Amino acid sequence: MEHIVIIGNGISGVTTARHIRKLSDKKITVISAETDHFFSRTALMYIYMGHMKYEHTKPYEDYFWKKNRIELKRGFVKTVNHQEKQLEFTEGDTMSYDKLVIAVGSKSNKFGWPGQDLNGVQGLYSKQDLDALEEYAPNNNTCKRAVIVGGGLIGIELAEMLSTRNIPVTFLVRENSFWNGVLPEGESEMLNRHIKNHHIDLRLGMNLKEILSGENGKARAVVVAETGEELPCDVVGLTAGVSPNIDFLKESGIELGRGVKVNRFLETNIPDIYAIGDCAEQHEPIGNRRPIEAVWYTGRMMGETLAQTICGNPLEYKPGHWFNSAKFFDIEYQTYGWVFANKKEYETHFHWKHEDDTKCITVAYHKDSKLFLGINTFGIRMRHEVFDRWLTEKRDIDFVVHNLSEANFDPEFYKKFESQVLSEYNNQSVSV
Amino acid sequence: MSTLDKNMSLTSEAPDNINTVQKIGTFIGMLGLFIIVLAGFNVGLPNKGLWLTIALTALIAGIALFAKGTYKNKLEGIKNDGVWFKSISSRGYLAWIAGVGLTGFYIVLYFFAELLGLGVNGAENTGVVALFDPLSRLLSGNAASQWFVYGTLYTVAILAFGIKFLMKYKHNRYEQLRTVSVMFFQTAFAFMVPELMARLNSDSFSLPYNDLKNMWPLNYYAFEQWRVDQFINAETIGLVFLLFGVLSIFVVSPILTYKYGKRWYCSWVCGCGGLAETAGDSFRQLSDKSMSAWKVERWVIHSVLVFSLVMTVATISTYLGYDASKYWLTKDMFLIGVAVFLGLLFAVIWYFKKEELAKDARYGAIGYLVVVLSLITIHYLSGKELFLFEAGKLRSLYGFLIGSVFSGVIGTGFYPILGNRVWCRMGCPMAAILGMQQRLFSKFRITTNGGQCISCGNCSTYCEMGIDVRAYAQKGENIVRSSCVGCGVCSAVCPRGVLKLENDSMNGRIDSNQILLGNDVDLMDLVNKN
Ligand SMILES: Cc1cc2nc3c(=O)[nH]c(=O)nc-3n(C[C@H](O)[C@H](O)[C@H](O)COP(=O)(O)OP(=O)(O)OC[C@H]3O[C@@H](n4cnc5c(N)ncnc54)[C@H](O)[C@@H]3O)c2cc1C
Ligand code: SF4
Ligand code: SF4
Repeated sequence: MEHIVIIGNGISGVTTARHIRKLSDKKITVISAETDHFFSRTALMYIYMGHMKYEHTKPYEDYFWKKNRIELKRGFVKTVNHQEKQLEFTEGDTMSYDKLVIAVGSKSNKFGWPGQDLNGVQGLYSKQDLDALEEYAPNNNTCKRAVIVGGGLIGIELAEMLSTRNIPVTFLVRENSFWNGVLPEGESEMLNRHIKNHHIDLRLGMNLKEILSGENGKARAVVVAETGEELPCDVVGLTAGVSPNIDFLKESGIELGRGVKVNRFLETNIPDIYAIGDCAEQHEPIGNRRPIEAVWYTGRMMGETLAQTICGNPLEYKPGHWFNSAKFFDIEYQTYGWVFANKKEYETHFHWKHEDDTKCITVAYHKDSKLFLGINTFGIRMRHEVFDRWLTEKRDIDFVVHNLSEANFDPEFYKKFESQVLSEYNNQSVSV
Repeated sequence: MSTLDKNMSLTSEAPDNINTVQKIGTFIGMLGLFIIVLAGFNVGLPNKGLWLTIALTALIAGIALFAKGTYKNKLEGIKNDGVWFKSISSRGYLAWIAGVGLTGFYIVLYFFAELLGLGVNGAENTGVVALFDPLSRLLSGNAASQWFVYGTLYTVAILAFGIKFLMKYKHNRYEQLRTVSVMFFQTAFAFMVPELMARLNSDSFSLPYNDLKNMWPLNYYAFEQWRVDQFINAETIGLVFLLFGVLSIFVVSPILTYKYGKRWYCSWVCGCGGLAETAGDSFRQLSDKSMSAWKVERWVIHSVLVFSLVMTVATISTYLGYDASKYWLTKDMFLIGVAVFLGLLFAVIWYFKKEELAKDARYGAIGYLVVVLSLITIHYLSGKELFLFEAGKLRSLYGFLIGSVFSGVIGTGFYPILGNRVWCRMGCPMAAILGMQQRLFSKFRITTNGGQCISCGNCSTYCEMGIDVRAYAQKGENIVRSSCVGCGVCSAVCPRGVLKLENDSMNGRIDSNQILLGNDVDLMDLVNKN
């Protein structure tokens, strides 16, 4: 029986395993150095905040794996020997495979800052990171202040987490407005205000220079590059993005760029070795997507695709319309299609913001043809199915704004804002 | 893991600290409780009316103030911080104390009411019950009973914790409206109206205590002889009430459940649901989500339904039997009628919805039907009062096991340990009927928003009915479950806006296809072919 070995028990590895099991009787082993069972990384914050316990973040009950004959192995893969088709673990044991799936995810970026390896300095990616945070920031006696470096999705989650334990947070963001590399101005600025409303000390346009050590090799303070200011703190969160977790593959002969290089069939340069999820890097970007897409949904889609290929039905990775979502403290965000912060030359935006400063939408459209390109929505839930359809049908902005109520997904009895949006749209169209 | 757990317990103090307003709230609330306890010890309180007013006001004000202290200065949003650190909401020490206290209260209430001061054999009330006499006199004109005490405290709990819930969900209008609704139905229909109606009673005219919204089979004694007799004797008014009771089971409820799902009752009207949603809100995350719990749930709740059905049929047929002159319906007609009705109902479900029933559901349905029909047949053939069991005994067994122990002692007493909807999930025969309809003939569903689910687990954790919502959401499936009471909390707590409670067309409501949007369309076809 063919043995499929999957390194990584995250969403991409586990999705592959589940779908291979649906399609075939192959022997499947899933390896992880992190946890015994698959859990939802996206829910790490809720464990620290006390909304859930670790057990609740496991999408499948523990008996699931045995029942579906998916073998689990805890261990860190040190080397991949593709000539022998064999893996070697740090403990010294080995495992043979017939086909290998690399689904090893990401690690937090560290840019060589002085002091970045001190105790109390950490990213937020793994279960171990969460345990470390629990150790260094259990409450505001042990952690009098935390400094977070890097204003992205994980940075703001970390800020929210710490604030639920009443730990004062200083948030250093390189950009001059939160996440404005991705979000258009109006949205990004609304979020700046929301972050401050949550009593976060948001410092825009500020970088980390170094982290100072106190006794026992523990972080004592952070020095800001721009001002030279020294910020005393007990915990430093490094959240300046993630990159593929592939150091162990350097000598393997597998072609690497920033990630593991794959073609559209998710195959590496070595036969019978594939890579998916956060750690996979496309030779050529697909459409407007980045060559490495470190999001949950991509891991899931790649896993489903690869399972088909491995079970004898070779299939290209062909993602549909882009979508994503996040939550910034209390404000939910969803996006469908493409809205660029730095508009493409053909792109124009229509922006509406509610007076309460927690809801807004931005619709991107083609400046000549008026073709609908994408939407960002904050504080109003929208229907994925509807926007997916409108993008496929190549609707124009007029149609989208006039039919927005069809896409509304807010709970029943919520206030509706479509008419406000429409009149704003008409106003702006007149004034243009 | 081990280090984490250790630290968790150490840190619980940080988010658990209470502020000044909360302290004042606690003090005032405790004061109210203290007065009631004092009365229990027969401390001779002069002017009971005044003391009762103070006690009840203090209870409501204390709880409301505590809630204000909790949620003031907080921006609108989900307020679950520290739920699993706090002792009371994570089966800690406080939870066990509360559980034992509540359970004890229920045992006393149901089985040792004298301890509360109920005057037996015409004696004056003393203790706690006496404290409530003035209010009872004001409403119904009679002295209080232990049930009046219970009803009052129950209403106070729904009102006070309802206020708390309204503050907690100030951003969510669905949650707000349904909470106002249960507060209203409890206060008006369950508490005030029946008491006021009791004023109409005299020697020549009497109506049974009648909570209009409390339907059979939740109200398992709805069709007992003394009640039916009283209704019939009260002529027009009584007959209207009796008719309303029958209509609400066979007409009103099916229509509303078809249009809105069982939530119209369970989360908007019902008193048990009302208490669970308000006073029980802090315990919703304790429900068991495992597959095995779901299996147990389905067998237990449907067995209770069959039990209550058999019990009711037996009771009714008994009095129809020995007092045939009084009722136009004879025992034979009644029994044959019930058998035909059940047979038809089964046939309709089988014909239209067979594919939608899981294998064990089919076996279960056939099994239950056979049991019920054979009991009826035996009874019909053997005549007499035999139903294999004697109806009266069956009735008291049901009252004891289901009516008292299950719904009260376990259902509510164990809130802090088993979660707030154990009774609704495992024991309520009304929920079983509504649930069956909701699963098979209703427009209600929870829609999953394409591919947006990140499998975080908030929805499943906070589902009080123990539904593993995530299992459906992460596959892109709609959630259509008989047990869902439509509380809307899964949708509220979802950080990615994935869930929406909706009433929409029956077509495509249950779609077990994986429709994870954002994926390659051809791939999805392949995945679903399998
Ligand atoms: C805090 C946080 C919040 C997030 N929120 C969102 C969100 O809201 N939406 C979204 O789309 N995305 C979100 N993401 C990103 C998303 O979680 C990732 O894209 C996704 O989990 C990647 O899945 P994966 O299967 O590729 O890798 P991973 O989940 O990282 O799994 C890889 C596994 O492989 C193991 N491993 C690595 N190397 C080895 C080795 N040599 N030997 C053995 N095991 C190894 C790792 O320990 C890990 O367990 C979030 C990420 C974080 C950290
Ligand atoms: S599924 Fe959602 S709406 Fe239904 S009972 Fe559970 S939490 Fe409430
Ligand atoms: S809460 Fe929302 S995102 Fe999280 S598992 Fe449930 S449906 Fe998915």
